[in-house]
Amino acid sequence: MQLETIKAPGSPTEGQETFVLNLGPQHPATHGVLRVKLTMDGEYITRAEPVCGYIHRMHEKMGENRTYAQFLPNTSRIDYLSAMHYTHAFVGVVERAVGIEVPPRAEYVRVITSELNRIASHLVWFGAFLLDLGGFTPLLYAFDDREKILDLLEGITGARLTYCYYRFGGLYNDVDEAFLTGTREFVTYMRPRLDMYRELVTGNVILRKRLEGIGPISAKTCRKYGATGPVIRGSGVAHDVRKVMPYSVYSDLDFDIPVFPECDCMARYLVRMEEMAQSLRLIEQALARLPAGPFVAAKVPRVIKLPPGDYYYAVEAARGRFAVRVVSDGKEIPYRVKLRTPSFANLTLFEEASRGMMLPDALALLGSLDLVIPDIDR
Amino acid sequence: MIPSLDELHAAFKRLLPPAVSPAQAGDCGGAPTAEGTAPTPAPAAALCQIVDPKAKGYHLDATVAPDQVVAAAELLDQRGFAIDTITGVDWMAARQMEIVYDFFHLTAPLQVVVRTRVPRDKPELPTISKVFPGANWHERETHDFFGIRFLGHPDLSPLLLPEDATYHPLRKDFAGAA
Amino acid sequence: MTLSEPYRLFFYLFGTMAFVGLNAAYLVWVERKGAARFQRRSGPTEVGPAGLLQPIADALKLLSKQVLVPPEADRTLFRLAPVLVMAPALMCLSTLPYSERLGARDLNLGLVLVFAFGSINVMAIMLGGWASRNKYAIISSARIVSQNVAYEIPMLLTVITLLMITGTMNLREIVEQQAGGFWNWNICKLTANPLMPVTFVIFFICMLAETNRAPFDMAEAESELVAGAFTEYGGMGFGVFFMAEYANILVGCSLATILFFGGWQSPIGVLPGHLWFLLKLYALIFTVVWVRWTFPRTQFYRLLNLSWKVLIPLSLVTLVLTSAMLKLF
Repeated sequence: MQLETIKAPGSPTEGQETFVLNLGPQHPATHGVLRVKLTMDGEYITRAEPVCGYIHRMHEKMGENRTYAQFLPNTSRIDYLSAMHYTHAFVGVVERAVGIEVPPRAEYVRVITSELNRIASHLVWFGAFLLDLGGFTPLLYAFDDREKILDLLEGITGARLTYCYYRFGGLYNDVDEAFLTGTREFVTYMRPRLDMYRELVTGNVILRKRLEGIGPISAKTCRKYGATGPVIRGSGVAHDVRKVMPYSVYSDLDFDIPVFPECDCMARYLVRMEEMAQSLRLIEQALARLPAGPFVAAKVPRVIKLPPGDYYYAVEAARGRFAVRVVSDGKEIPYRVKLRTPSFANLTLFEEASRGMMLPDALALLGSLDLVIPDIDR
Repeated sequence: MIPSLDELHAAFKRLLPPAVSPAQAGDCGGAPTAEGTAPTPAPAAALCQIVDPKAKGYHLDATVAPDQVVAAAELLDQRGFAIDTITGVDWMAARQMEIVYDFFHLTAPLQVVVRTRVPRDKPELPTISKVFPGANWHERETHDFFGIRFLGHPDLSPLLLPEDATYHPLRKDFAGAA
Repeated sequence: MTLSEPYRLFFYLFGTMAFVGLNAAYLVWVERKGAARFQRRSGPTEVGPAGLLQPIADALKLLSKQVLVPPEADRTLFRLAPVLVMAPALMCLSTLPYSERLGARDLNLGLVLVFAFGSINVMAIMLGGWASRNKYAIISSARIVSQNVAYEIPMLLTVITLLMITGTMNLREIVEQQAGGFWNWNICKLTANPLMPVTFVIFFICMLAETNRAPFDMAEAESELVAGAFTEYGGMGFGVFFMAEYANILVGCSLATILFFGGWQSPIGVLPGHLWFLLKLYALIFTVVWVRWTFPRTQFYRLLNLSWKVLIPLSLVTLVLTSAMLKLF
C-alpha cells in the first residue's frame, strides 16, 4: 500500500483566519487530562500543541525521598494499565546493580504476568480507540475479556490494577494451581475472541476507511522523536526491547514481533491486535516451561544499597520502551531516579504529524498512539 | 547500517580533544573499566568507556564537554540512534550539574550514554533539538526540574510544572514550593 | 366514528402530542435496552419493571435542572432553537395517516409538506449551535448544514422516483395504491423500477443522515466535539432536543413505512390497519437503533463524499431507469 497523505478537498491556505480550539483537559477523546491547543483553519489543524502537566505527581522527586523498597508501589502508578512492566523495570535495575540472581520460576511467572498485563492493556486501548471512532459496542466486549484477566491477577496479587507483585529477587507470592489452570483456560478462550474482533471490527469497511492512510508517521520521524512500541513497529521498524536487548527469559522463548510497514493508523492498530496473539503464544510457552523451585532469591540483602554509579534497565511495556535510570551514591535512598516513559516520547511527534490534518483524523491519530496521560506526566 | 561498538568507541575518541579538562568525578564513583582503557586519571581514555551491560545496562559511556553535545548527537544520529531520554543530576556538593543523554539503537543492541557537566550556578549548554526534535520536550522537562538552560531551544516554558512556576523541584536545595 | 370538527381538532392535537411525547420518551428506553443487549449487559432494570419507568425518571431529572444560558449567547435564539426543532416534527405528523381513519389532515401535497418541514429542522439545530457562541457548537453547526444539504438531495430524488410510480403526493392515496397483499407494496414493485430495494436503502440512509443518527451523527460526535451543537444546553433545553431527535426518527420511519411498505395494509388480512402500521414502524425504528450501536463513525468528508459521489448518482440512475420503465411498459 502506498504511503500517500489523504488530501481532503480544499487544503488550508496560508493567511486564512484561524481560531484556537482547546481539546481541553476534559474531553471524551483525550483519555485523561491532556490538553491540546489546536489552531484551526476551518476543519484543518494548522498547529497542535499538547499541553501536559495536569496530572504531574513528581514521581522522580518521590524516588529521592524513599528507599528502593518504598518506591516500588510508585512504579505501578506511573502507567496503571501496564503496571507489571513498570515494576519489572525497577526491580530489574536494582537486581542488575546489586547482582541478585532471580530464580527461573520467578522469571517465568514474571513473563506470564507481564504478558497478561499487556493483553489487558491492549484491550483497554482497543475499546477506547473504537469509542473515539464512534463504535460504542466493542468497548464492552473488550472489557468483558479484560475482566477475566483481572480476576486471574487478583487471585495472586490481590489487586486489579496496580499490582506491585514483583520484589527484588523474585515475586511477592507464589502462583497457585488455580492461577495456572485459569490462565490455560484463558488462553483457549481468548484465541477465538481475537478472531471475532478481527471479523467484527477489523474487517469493517467504515473502520478501514477511517484508519487506512490516515496519520502517516515515517520511521525517520519515529527515530528522531524517540517513539517506540507499536508506533515504531507500525512504521516498519522491528524494534522491541524483548528482542533487541532481551531481559528476563525472553531470549529463551519463541515469539514474533508484528511489524507493518504502512505507517498509518491501521498499521498501528494491526500491530497491537497481533501483539495480543503473540502474547498468548508467550504465555503458553511460559506455562509449559514453568519450573518448580523457589519464587524469590535466597539471599536478598535486607537493606538495599546500590554501589555508587548509575544503572539503566529497559523493558517493553504495552505502550513502548519504558526505562529506569537510577543514580546512586551508595546510600539506601537513590540519588536520582529517572523514568523514561513511552507515552512522553510518543506524544512529542503529535505536533509534527498532525499538521494539516482534519479534526477526526487527528483524533484517530491520537488514539492510535495509545497514550496514557499519567505516563506522560509522571 | 548496524554500527559496531568498537567503531562507535573510536568515533567518540576522535571527537574528544586529547587534552580536554577531565570532568571531576564528583560524588559519583567511576564506572568499571573494560578492555583497552587505562584506569583514571588518564583523561581522554577514561572519558569514553565501553561498559559491561550486564552490570550497568548500557554499552558505552562517554563524557564530553558541554559544547560538544551537538557533535556527539550528530555522530549518533548518523549511525541510526534514537533519542531515549535526557535528564539532569544535581551534584550539589561538587557544585556541578550533570546532564545525561541516553541514546538507543533501533535494531542493534547498543545503548549509549553521553554525559556532560556544567557549573551549578550557571547551568547552560547548547540544545540538541535541531538534531533530534524529540529532545525538545526532554530538555524542557530538564529545565523545569533543574533550571538548566538549553541555548537555542525554541521554547523553554514549563512543560510539567504550572506555567508561572519559578522553582526547580529536583534541585537538592529545593525545600518546597514557595 | 366521525367527530364534529372542534372535537376532531382537539383529539388530533392532543393525540399527536401525546403520541410524540410517549414515543420520544419510550424510544429512549428502547434505545438503552437495545444498546445494552447488543453490548451484553442488561440496561435499565431498577426503575419500574424492566426499567420501564426509567424515561419518567429521566424526564423528571431534566426538568429539575436549570437551563443556563451562556453569558455571550444570543438569548432569544438560544431559547428558540429547541422549540424550532420540535415543532416541525409535530407538524409533519399532521399529514401522516396511520390507518384508514386515523390521519389529521388529508392533504394533496402531504409529501411535499413533510420535506418542507424537515428542512426547518436543519436550520433550527444550526441556530442552536450558532446561538451558543461556543467553538465546538459552531463547528458542529457548520457540519450539520453541509451534511443535511448533501443528504436532502438523494432523498428527494428517491421520492421523485416513487412519485413517478404513484402519480400522487397524497399520502393516503399512496397507501391505498399498495392494497392487496405485500407484493403490491412499493418496495416490491419491481416491474416499475427494478432497483426499488436499492431506492429504499438510499432513502433509509438519507433518513439516518437527516436525523443525525449514527453513523452519521457528526452533530454530536461525542468523541470529537463533546456534545456538538448541544454543548451549552442543559436541563430541559437538552431534553427537548433529545425528544426532537426521536420525533424526527418517528416521522422518518413513518414516511418510509407509508412510501415503501404499504402503510397500514396488512399482508394477511387479520389485524386492524393501525396495528400493522405500528408493527412496521417499530421494526424500522429497531433497525435504526441497531445500526447505531454496530458501526463506527466515518470521517466527515467521507460522509459528504458518500452523498455527493455515491448516493446522488445512484438515485439519478434509479430515476432514469424508472422513467424508462414507465415509458416503455
